[in-house]
Amino acid sequence: MSMDNLNPHGHDRSVEATEEARRRSAAARLFDIRRVIGGLFTAYGAIVTLIGIFDGDSAVRKAQGVRINLWAGLGMLVFGVLMLLWQWRNPVEPPETSDEER
Amino acid sequence: MDGDGLRLNMNVLDYGILALYFVTVLGVGFAARRAIRTSVDFFLSGRSLPAWVTGLAFVSANLGALEIIGMAANGAQYGAMTLHYYWIGAVPAMVFLGIVMMPFYYGSKVRSVPEYLRLRFNRPTHLLNALSFAVAQVLIAGVNLYALALIMQALLGWPLWVAIVIGALIVLAYITVGGLSGAIYNEVLQFFVIIAGLLPITILGLVKVGGVAGLMDAVRESKLGEAGLHTWQDTGGTDNPLGAHWIGIVFGLGFVLSFGYWTTNFAEVQRALSAKNMSAARRTPIIAAYPKLLIPVVTVIPGLVALVTVQGLGAESGDLVYNNAIPLLMRDLLPNGVLGIAVTGLVASFMAGMAANVSGFNTVFTYDIWQQYVRRDRPDDYYIRIGRWATVGGVLVGIGTAFIAAGFSNIMNYIQALFSLFNAPLFATFIIGMFWRRMSAAAGFLSLLMGTLAALATYLLYKAGVVHFNSDLEESFWGAGIAFVTAAVVAVVVTPFTARRRDEDLRGLVYGMGAVDVKGDVLTGDAVWWRSPVLLGLIAVVLSLLLYVPFF
Repeated sequence: MSMDNLNPHGHDRSVEATEEARRRSAAARLFDIRRVIGGLFTAYGAIVTLIGIFDGDSAVRKAQGVRINLWAGLGMLVFGVLMLLWQWRNPVEPPETSDEER
Repeated sequence: MDGDGLRLNMNVLDYGILALYFVTVLGVGFAARRAIRTSVDFFLSGRSLPAWVTGLAFVSANLGALEIIGMAANGAQYGAMTLHYYWIGAVPAMVFLGIVMMPFYYGSKVRSVPEYLRLRFNRPTHLLNALSFAVAQVLIAGVNLYALALIMQALLGWPLWVAIVIGALIVLAYITVGGLSGAIYNEVLQFFVIIAGLLPITILGLVKVGGVAGLMDAVRESKLGEAGLHTWQDTGGTDNPLGAHWIGIVFGLGFVLSFGYWTTNFAEVQRALSAKNMSAARRTPIIAAYPKLLIPVVTVIPGLVALVTVQGLGAESGDLVYNNAIPLLMRDLLPNGVLGIAVTGLVASFMAGMAANVSGFNTVFTYDIWQQYVRRDRPDDYYIRIGRWATVGGVLVGIGTAFIAAGFSNIMNYIQALFSLFNAPLFATFIIGMFWRRMSAAAGFLSLLMGTLAALATYLLYKAGVVHFNSDLEESFWGAGIAFVTAAVVAVVVTPFTARRRDEDLRGLVYGMGAVDVKGDVLTGDAVWWRSPVLLGLIAVVLSLLLYVPFF
């Protein structure tokens, strides 16, 4: 009973079927996540930096005298832009097994 | 302080930041949909992802809200000894998974951790593990969901059910539509959002207490005292904040618990199985080890800051329980703007944890339970549909669990304690099976079964008061140790009396049986020295030791 999945060469039927299906994989159409991370952080950075520019005394006092929104906003902005630049300068290499049926 | 004591003063912009996050994660899920044509795309991202993506998803899957809130609480309660959970209690196991075990997992092309047991041992072993994993994942997802709802209720005043339903539906949507790619891509995004949300708390907290030196002085004055700044001092006995002997820390936490969790938990290992080649799969947990080394900066440090700045922290109940360390600092330190980012970070951490449970569950349910025992040999599309329905079913059970936990809050602790014990015997069965080719299929089943029962028995006897341990922590060390030894002894005793497996059936599954090729699918660029799994792993282990030096 323990072997009813195995063909005579010790390979498993369901594992092989999945490997077979992988040849039709559409994974190459997956977008680049760096674009989303870069975009979200650029937006967050811009929003929080703007909040930081207009922060009143009470906000700065609450944050122990640190203009935290300004610094955090600029930090996120730089990070977001760097992600976008990385994505732009260094795009994903095209997959080696290209499939034609899209 | 009344019941509104933790309420944050969120404004429109803060809510806008949170809303933008919700829209983005849903967008990632829907955009990932076009990359799904086969079941392997849905359950394993077509085994196509680069190592930095799977590595960050690997660490993110472990960064659930319970983990962050809980580790900050431990930081406040036990001080620097909490670092053991990040260093000795994680990094060696992650590196071991990448260097030693991944060639067998990835090389054998198994689609899940239970499937390895099916090929190495037999179907009973497989079914036992697949069922216990599936049940554990949906229950833990529910516990995570309830934890999120509690935080949202305290911080934002949302009714429990609103947070439970919104959180669950968003995770449900992006996994049902986008599959594992939706989950993993969002985990990478969540990793950065979590860090961006928590870092301002650490920075402002340190400013408030006068920097690192100020924090250390203040901790010396606190109820933890000097002991709160040391990790190994006084571990010759149990007279230290954690109440743990160094043998317990090294073998209980560092070996049995940690290796059990990191190397056999499919919710983690699945991230590595989705990597694009053997080298990327092996580097996945090792890349994850580097952020893991530094996460205490945003958990343990805020915990210590809360200890020394929040009067009365450490109450038995109410707003000042240790678990509120991070929420209290958010209330006290963060102005609108970074406050919205921090709330978003907590929500992100919850989603990362729950998505890992749900995506692990739907894969095991479909490939290991449905395909093997209910409907086999159907076309590939059929299993994608089952996977989508399994996701819906798993999330619904999670919602149910969350509502049950809302009624009996102790259930949450029981569920977690119980399932953490199941990993130790599983690791024993795995590691012996991987390195001892003679170990028989029957021995695999019995060792897993008896080890699990031993863990369960220890836990129940402790809860019933028959066996005494100093703390839950000590019980978990001992329970895991007993389970591990039981599983190992059963494996060794049963094997000589039962039939061995044919060598050709073990190819690629057992050490020394050949057929594991760690270089065969190397891509251009993977051969450079700084992408060597062994080198990266050794550096991570050395760093984890060096980091202990200032906190000895």
